[in-house]
Amino acid sequence: MLFSPTPLHIPDGFLSLFVSILFWVITLITLSIAVRRTENIDEKQVPLMGVMAAFIFAAQMINFPVAGGTSGHLLGGALAAIMLGPWAGMLVMTAVVAVQGLLFQDGGLLVMGANIFNMGLLTAAIGFGLYKVADGRKRTLKLGAAGIGAWLSVMAGALFTALQLWLSGTARLDIVLPAMLGVHALIGVGEALITVAALAFIFNTRPDLIEDAESPARGGRGWVFVGGLISLVVVFLSPFASANPDGLERVAINMGFIGQGADSPFSLLSDYTLPFLGETGLSTILAGLAGILVVGALIYFLARGRVKTA
Amino acid sequence: MIHNNLFDRYLVGESPLHRLSPIVKVVLTILFILSNALLPDGHWLGFGISWLVILLLNLIGELGWSFTLKRSFIALPFALAAITAIFALPGETLASFDFLSLHLVATDVGLLRFFSIVIRSWLSVQVAILLVTTTQFPDLIHALEHLRLPRLLVTVIAFLYRYIFVLSDEVLRLLRARQARSASLPNLRSGGSVLWRARIAGNMVGQLFLRSYERSDRIYNAMLARGYQGHLRTLNRHTMHSRDWLILISGIALLLILQIFTRLIG
Repeated sequence: MLFSPTPLHIPDGFLSLFVSILFWVITLITLSIAVRRTENIDEKQVPLMGVMAAFIFAAQMINFPVAGGTSGHLLGGALAAIMLGPWAGMLVMTAVVAVQGLLFQDGGLLVMGANIFNMGLLTAAIGFGLYKVADGRKRTLKLGAAGIGAWLSVMAGALFTALQLWLSGTARLDIVLPAMLGVHALIGVGEALITVAALAFIFNTRPDLIEDAESPARGGRGWVFVGGLISLVVVFLSPFASANPDGLERVAINMGFIGQGADSPFSLLSDYTLPFLGETGLSTILAGLAGILVVGALIYFLARGRVKTA
Repeated sequence: MIHNNLFDRYLVGESPLHRLSPIVKVVLTILFILSNALLPDGHWLGFGISWLVILLLNLIGELGWSFTLKRSFIALPFALAAITAIFALPGETLASFDFLSLHLVATDVGLLRFFSIVIRSWLSVQVAILLVTTTQFPDLIHALEHLRLPRLLVTVIAFLYRYIFVLSDEVLRLLRARQARSASLPNLRSGGSVLWRARIAGNMVGQLFLRSYERSDRIYNAMLARGYQGHLRTLNRHTMHSRDWLILISGIALLLILQIFTRLIG
């Protein structure tokens, strides 16, 4: 097997309809901004992004033996974002996740929104944001920032995968969260090492490409804020939730995320049901749509604000 | 040499399923997976009917009835994550035991949830396999464009598919070169520390990056030479004929009937 399925590719059936659709909407809104931000740059960027998507796909096949028959390999979100800019990096990672899901069934279709979010959007935002912290500093500092960004990007993907599984009623938080974070703390080290080594290689051989990549047109200092914010969530939420899953559960219940029903963890608008479709079907979609509209509007206006200031 | 067989999942055929418009196939595949997600836990009749539909489609696609079944075990490792569902939901206690510091109580509701998740995922994987075995990937990409996916994204996906073959050959060459330089004597360690190995892998990734980057430059020039104007063109128009509409609508109707029927029974 040349490409090894990572535990981050969620198959269909493992996420509830609400979580699937929620993350599709978040992903689609972010992607539509990404498309608009990259569309108007020079058309040369199009074949570059396409070949870079194939590059990430192929680079995931390069592995190195770690111990006991296991091997480390690259996810690539942070590297793509550093070299191409955050928006282009997100689109490239989206294409990679889409092809893995469509062609190899490595990750589902209905849950692809969540998969793109975990492996493409989060990783690109964190990877680029933290790399930008060392903007204009010494090379070692830049490489260090890239390494931390790569490690955190994998951890963020693992954290959100665990949270999505838990919110879907598929897994128990106090088991799935420590398991996912524990495994990916190691996988993330591999990611960080490869990312740093690859960047160092490019620094040495084609420093002009790094200069291109660091031009403010690709992504401004604002990304430090975005990436830093997500990183903070990961850094503070992970240990808290691992040590005290009941605490997170209580917060989620207080915020109305988890209803009382055992059948469906989501019954935000539990009275909103259509008689012949029962409790779980369309009613969940409608309940979900209401929540999605709120979240979507929030993200849209936040993003618009950012685009204006950038 | 290009390793087509590594990545291509398409099986050549002339069955009605192969000839059906890719747009219809994509829409119905997604609706089928949605229908799976909508079936409540433990609705074995609904799951059973869905599986019969898949078996039937296997036959219509002239693949042999068990084709998708044989290929559908890829999602199984992920079922590990769902095992905890057995202990996650309140219900009648079936068994309880302590594992490390955790007190686990298996409940009937949890068990029902676990099996429902595994079956849903297994059915969804099968229908997705059916889609890619009977549809050429370029046609699939065009279908995505017709379904109003942003053109930029579709173009990137099309490029990805076009150059996976080329770049994976590049990777295989890099891996072979590493292999050739990694001789090891029996009873002796070879290849340095983990850190060193990771650096070598990183250098290979960097090398691959540069080769890809430079290749994309050449590709762009070649495209310009052929009159590229910012988007890819296709000779296959993929217009929807009345037959395609008929199949699309009857497919949707069948899924609706399945949803209503299983709820009336259950």
